[in-house]
Amino acid sequence: MSANLSALFYLISGILFILALRGLSSPETSRQGNYFGIAGMIIAIIVTFLSIGNFGTGILYVFIFLIIGGSIGAFIAFRIPMTAMPELVAGFHSLVGLAAVFVAISAFLKPEAFSLGTVGNIHLASLVEMSLGGAIGAITFSGSIIAFLKLRGIMSGAPLTFKGQHIINLLLGLTIFFLIYYLCLSQSSYIFWSIVIISFFLGVLLIIPIGGADMPVVISMLNSYSGWAAAGIGFTLENTALIITGALVGSSGAILSYIMCKGMNRSFFNVILGGWGATDQKANQDNKEQKPVKNGNADDAAFLMKNASSVIIVPGYGMAVAQAQHALREMVDALKKNGVKVSYAIHPVAGRMPGHMNVLLAEANVPYDEVFELEEINNDFANCDVAYVIGANDVTNPVAKSDPQSPIYGMPVLDVEKSKSVLFVKRSLSPGYAGIDNDLFYRDNTLMLFADAKKMTEEIVKSL
Amino acid sequence: MEIDPFIFRLSIFILSIFVGYYVVWSVTPSLHTPLMSVTNAISSVIIVGAIISALAGSSESIFETSNIFGYLAILLAAVNIFGGFLVTQRMLQMYKKKKK
Repeated sequence: MSANLSALFYLISGILFILALRGLSSPETSRQGNYFGIAGMIIAIIVTFLSIGNFGTGILYVFIFLIIGGSIGAFIAFRIPMTAMPELVAGFHSLVGLAAVFVAISAFLKPEAFSLGTVGNIHLASLVEMSLGGAIGAITFSGSIIAFLKLRGIMSGAPLTFKGQHIINLLLGLTIFFLIYYLCLSQSSYIFWSIVIISFFLGVLLIIPIGGADMPVVISMLNSYSGWAAAGIGFTLENTALIITGALVGSSGAILSYIMCKGMNRSFFNVILGGWGATDQKANQDNKEQKPVKNGNADDAAFLMKNASSVIIVPGYGMAVAQAQHALREMVDALKKNGVKVSYAIHPVAGRMPGHMNVLLAEANVPYDEVFELEEINNDFANCDVAYVIGANDVTNPVAKSDPQSPIYGMPVLDVEKSKSVLFVKRSLSPGYAGIDNDLFYRDNTLMLFADAKKMTEEIVKSL
Repeated sequence: MEIDPFIFRLSIFILSIFVGYYVVWSVTPSLHTPLMSVTNAISSVIIVGAIISALAGSSESIFETSNIFGYLAILLAAVNIFGGFLVTQRMLQMYKKKKK
């Protein structure tokens, strides 16, 4: 296949990828969009084989690795519980990153295969592109591994900070650029390997200071990085499909990071520099006074909700941890039988990744047209009888609207306190991730339900 | 004067960033998780580079270091392609409308 023809086919697969993302504008078109994506991938792979033309026995191994990898991927995809999506996506990002590093290494070792020159005499532009692609890929890889370990709970979700951390990161970043420049002068393989190794370190250092609840930003950011790494390799290989995809994925991750930061009213740099909550928590414990709370049980909650005409459910990360989404759906079904109108309110940063709550609710067969975003539903709290907060905390804290001193001041929150009564399912009165006491606990119209989210919801179902 | 092909690729790249920007803003927030898993899957089109690396050189030299890195990259990208598209499909299958 001629280079021009294959370039046109790569363009087609790039367009199919755009259509795959376009499909996600509504759940109805999304499944079709996914097929476009699959078609684009198949075209890209077949065209690659055809453009190589004469392949020797190597093709056998290509298929063996393709089948092994594909089976592992398929196995994971079918077995993974929906609550584990954040760590799955983090894990997948690390694979893209490492694949980019491997391709960059391979291109450096055998530039003639990609017509980039010869060993020791690689075109300068290609050298810059492959080392940038490799460096970003390495950062994506090690950063995603840390994110994965934190999300999986293997590593503590607490921010890990030490003195001079940001300066070290900055120096490492500058070193990478300096080495790329030096690589262009010397073509030395030692320099190339140094770039890769320093980038691995930088990836680790970038993610360890970021705490558990900031993971939505981290995952989006790593998503973006994996795109830029792919684009870097795309420039090296002069491949349109890779360039288009890299740009799409890069901007997609960047937009998601922006949406997540806005959901927390924090700047991107504030999140990246990390360490939020580590200092605030101590200050809070000092002036902690015992304030009275109203304590309720499942029967109280069932009574309140049964007699309500509308109920809004506010799920959060705690619901995912307790796997309470199915019990929740049963509760809602029972309420609906009683003629109660039920809807769900989702805060942009609820859960550990963008849209995490929506997937869990969809898994529990909650129709997506009963699930609303913050802006869509926030005015409805004033007319609602009961708000059922399950596993959410900071995103309901009215302090964000009233106290300019609070670290979460200005963060958009759900106006839960405006509903006639609030049922708050929580294991204890401990503050949320931001380390701030939630004012909502002590309000007259709040009934605290101290229990595991799943157990409490199941008990409510029983008494309904 | 002839235009460097690099400029063409750069143009494609920048235009694609704009396309990506507008397309992603139109994605409904409830599908942000599938968006992440599908972008993950499509970024594994890097397998194209992996295949070229793996098959580079003559038949006698299919296990040089550069080829081995190619094979490994194929393995990683394949996990992602199959895993990414299938898990996206599994998620999208769950999104249902209210039964009227």
